[in-house]
Amino acid sequence: MTLTVKEIKELISSSIPDANIEIKDLMGDNNHYAAKITSKIFNGKSKIEQHKLVYKSLKGKMGNELHALTIITEGK
Amino acid sequence: MNTKDEIKSMIDKNDICLFMKGIPDAPQCGFSMTVSNILKHLNVKFKGINVLENENLRQGIKEFSDWPTIPQLYIKGEFVGGCDIVKEMFEKGELKELLKNKSLI
Repeated sequence: MTLTVKEIKELISSSIPDANIEIKDLMGDNNHYAAKITSKIFNGKSKIEQHKLVYKSLKGKMGNELHALTIITEGK
Repeated sequence: MNTKDEIKSMIDKNDICLFMKGIPDAPQCGFSMTVSNILKHLNVKFKGINVLENENLRQGIKEFSDWPTIPQLYIKGEFVGGCDIVKEMFEKGELKELLKNKSLI
């Protein structure tokens, strides 16, 4: 089971509606992605809290169906 | 000792503690290798703990920090982050700063 770029984007958008999301499939294998996510909800939060919000939006898929997702978060 | 206490004791005993896949000299995952190499580059002494040797630990560490991925770096008992955060901190010079502030460099 793997996730597509579209599915990852939809999951993140549903929890973080104002997010600008750029996702790259690093190896073309639907398994190693990098995501750059910009949202107001990251403002004033530590990096750990920011990444946790992204992990939460993926509803337990991170580390399971989704093996590798490099995350870069930024406030707006 | 339950897994949570076991993790707590590892983090308390080692100023710099890296939960990783494989060992520092033979990492078994690219992300674990990245963090291990950053710590080696900074020339600090750290304890690498191989979660692949212990399934309880592999699951337990994720619950301990409410963080779903490995590697996980702890400095002086505090969770610093996974590969992305540690790499970003290293590139900005913040990791070295943190280690200096904790008198580890």
